[in-house]
Amino acid sequence: MRKNLTGRTVVIILTILVCIFGIIGFPKSKADLMDNLRRHIRLGLDLKGGSHLVLQVQVQDAVKTEADQAIERIKDEMRKQNVDYAAIDRNDPTTVEDADKIEITVKGVPLAKTSAFRSLVTERFAAWTLTPVNTTDYRLNMRPSELVTLKRDTVERSIQTISNRINQLGLTEPTVQQYGQSGTDYEILVELPGVDDPARVRDIMQTTAQLEIDDVKDPAGYPSREAALAQKGGVLPLNTKLVQMAPRGDRGEGWYLVSKTPVVRGTDMRNARASQGEMRAWETDFTLSPDAGKRFGRYTEQNIGNKLAVVEDKQVVSVATIESRIEDSGRITNIGSEQEASDLALVLRAGALPASIVFLSEDSVGPSLGADSIHAGIVAGLAGLAAVIVVMLVYYKRSGVNAVLALLLNTVILMAALSYFKAVLTLPGIAGVILTIGMAVDSNVLIFERIREELRAGKAIVSAVDAGFSKAWWTIVDTHVTTVVSCAFLFIFGEGPVRGFAVTLTIGLLANVFTAVFVSKAIFDYELSGGRQLRELSI
Amino acid sequence: MEIFKKTNFDFLGMKWPFIVASLVLSVAGLSSIALKGGLRYGIDFKQGTQMTVKWDGVPPEDKIRTALSRKIGSEVSVQPFTDVAAKNEVVIGSERMSEQQTNVARKAMQDTLEATFGQPQSGKLDFNNTGANELTDHLTVPLQQAGQQLSDQQLHQLVADLLSYRNTPPRSGLVHSFDDLASVPGVNSAIINVLKSQCYLAPFAILQVQMVGPKVGAELRTKALLATLYALGGMLVYIAFRFEWIYGVAAVVACFHDTIITIGLFSIFGKEITLTVIAALLTLVGYSMNDTIVIFDRIRENLKLLRREPLESVINKSVNQTLSRTVMTSGLTFLTVIALFLFGGAVLHGFSFALVVGIIIGTYSSVFVASPIVLFWHNYTDSRKRMAPVAAPAPKPLPTARKSSTKVGK
Repeated sequence: MRKNLTGRTVVIILTILVCIFGIIGFPKSKADLMDNLRRHIRLGLDLKGGSHLVLQVQVQDAVKTEADQAIERIKDEMRKQNVDYAAIDRNDPTTVEDADKIEITVKGVPLAKTSAFRSLVTERFAAWTLTPVNTTDYRLNMRPSELVTLKRDTVERSIQTISNRINQLGLTEPTVQQYGQSGTDYEILVELPGVDDPARVRDIMQTTAQLEIDDVKDPAGYPSREAALAQKGGVLPLNTKLVQMAPRGDRGEGWYLVSKTPVVRGTDMRNARASQGEMRAWETDFTLSPDAGKRFGRYTEQNIGNKLAVVEDKQVVSVATIESRIEDSGRITNIGSEQEASDLALVLRAGALPASIVFLSEDSVGPSLGADSIHAGIVAGLAGLAAVIVVMLVYYKRSGVNAVLALLLNTVILMAALSYFKAVLTLPGIAGVILTIGMAVDSNVLIFERIREELRAGKAIVSAVDAGFSKAWWTIVDTHVTTVVSCAFLFIFGEGPVRGFAVTLTIGLLANVFTAVFVSKAIFDYELSGGRQLRELSI
Repeated sequence: MEIFKKTNFDFLGMKWPFIVASLVLSVAGLSSIALKGGLRYGIDFKQGTQMTVKWDGVPPEDKIRTALSRKIGSEVSVQPFTDVAAKNEVVIGSERMSEQQTNVARKAMQDTLEATFGQPQSGKLDFNNTGANELTDHLTVPLQQAGQQLSDQQLHQLVADLLSYRNTPPRSGLVHSFDDLASVPGVNSAIINVLKSQCYLAPFAILQVQMVGPKVGAELRTKALLATLYALGGMLVYIAFRFEWIYGVAAVVACFHDTIITIGLFSIFGKEITLTVIAALLTLVGYSMNDTIVIFDRIRENLKLLRREPLESVINKSVNQTLSRTVMTSGLTFLTVIALFLFGGAVLHGFSFALVVGIIIGTYSSVFVASPIVLFWHNYTDSRKRMAPVAAPAPKPLPTARKSSTKVGK
């Protein structure tokens, strides 16, 4: 083994070079160096600040929208084919779990038209199954396969939309991805490193921008929900809903009765921007897609004098009277500030969410806390490392240098591996690094104590060193393999932070076998080789 | 330098006082957990909203509590952050049931703090709680009006410098007076005047916001627990395969012992179990396991060399032979962890506390918990073997009895 010292030296030096390149690249200046360092050693959100959010797509919203559209089309078809009906309505599932229970009921189809109605539904509405309740009433349920596709699409489109919105904010390296069990959880993970204004970003993400323009049924509005219901005899007329005025400024509470089916939907918008209108008040201008524009044109022409309500996320933002035919553009007035106007424009541009979202969890670390953590972490790390180095050198003298070199190289390899694997260093990751350092120190101590024992037993230096390494070898293998086995389990069954710990620790342990055994042995062999005849090993 | 040259302590002879001490510590910890009605989990394992807020001066706890409970309800808790490194910080928490409610509480907290202690109605921006985008938007026009002609890039740089000054220690997110900003590069008195006219300084800065819905908290807890149990099982199997199954059991029992005592101490000192603490517990399991295996390895080796000696003296010898390394390794690891405990800051406090405790207990459990278990088991199986053939001649002293039952590892 001793003969191959040159070969081993080459391997060690190559490793060091590859690692150093991995950490700092080829810096051309000091700024370059810091920049590369920051790019390569990616710190987790808990260290550098940022937001970690898990949100859930309320897929039942999308299912309900789908049902609403089906209802409109069924009505159209029935009118065309002269099939009468008393009422068509749907139920109102409110949770993600209930989304599958969506149901449309059609009541009062005349007996004579039964077969016409049946063939109409089976031919035109393949996504729905028709079940008779009695001779004139029917129930429509969405097919399970359709539901699965619809829900999956909803989550995918939500991810797309949220990514679009976040990209417009100009944040660096955001992550938006599916989270949890696909098909049952409907969750999205959003990570925003370095975001310094989490509350605003949350608002931007959460705005469904389910903007709709609805037909106002009672132009005067109502002071409260109860008043509206009282006036209508406790039951809302068919195809209508009550929506509240968005609370803004000193405007009191107000409710409007509007059409359930919107005249224009958020998805009909093509472009939007903030601008200042009369009296320098902020507003958001929008343009409609050509199709929606034609529809809106027809509608406004027929309803001049009526009122329209702009409803954003189930709240009325503004109400306006139709004064003339409006073709393809419009504006939303009554917006509080420039920020609100441009945020609204942003979400309209980025597209509406197909369903509303709910935040399941958030962890936002402010930039100052992150800075504090890094500062404290570096101080603590250096202090700990310095203490270890001093003790090793005092206790093991010249051989302590071996251990210190091996330890430093281990840290360098670990950092380089994190950089090459694009892993992120988090607080639990640092826990992994600490255990790695502990075990690296341990490996060296094991070997040195073994060499001392062999020397005490009267062995010659060279054979004592060899025996020390080979006897400590199996202990090192056992401790390391045990820990790697546990890391494998932690990685497979754990999540997030537990995984980060497992990854750093595994890398560190592999590096440690290399540095504590291979590198340290090579240094010993170098010292013991050549013409030098060592009388005494400094250990 | 050598501290332990050739020691010959009778470790196993001293085992009883230590085993009793272990039992007392475990029972004390467990009963503390029972008395306090379970562990104090951090927000990441519970559900609710929690906000860490730093104040300029001593936090007016009562005022915060009154303002918030009027807005959110009575279940708002306001606690000073008990930590040397974190001065003038409070943790505002609200444990609420549904996702909807946690979201509402989160917004309400921030708004109420601004409304009570800031000046949102003045139309100015709170410099201590704003982001780069907003600050840039707010300053662009006023700076131009004040005759400060800055290019877009210069403006972005200025804003970035201002915020980075605010965020770095010793400010750590909280600027006391606009005049302090004079030392930021590129800032002149005209810019400070613009800042004074456009912004105000709230006496607080929100450092961290955590919001956990009921689903996520429960899920995280189960997953972390399961992963740890599986990992322990995996280690048991590997050690059983490399040594004997009783060694695996002993090592895992020792790890459990360490974890229980550490968690017990968390309960006694009223510290919170957070996700980071879980990482620390995993670290201490790894550390304790490592320590135990080193001793077991030596026992295995000595069993081959000293076939005629009783197991107890083999174990004693092995512990003595590894004593020097045990003290060195534990001592050095302890140094790193103590550094972390002393300088690591508030965020790392629970984490390093767990490690400081864990390293002491992990080291000692290898000697006084894991090794006695192996010894007890072998004594037990041997005595059963000796009891069985009644007619057989009484066994001579211990030596030969043990041999048959000890499988010698590879």
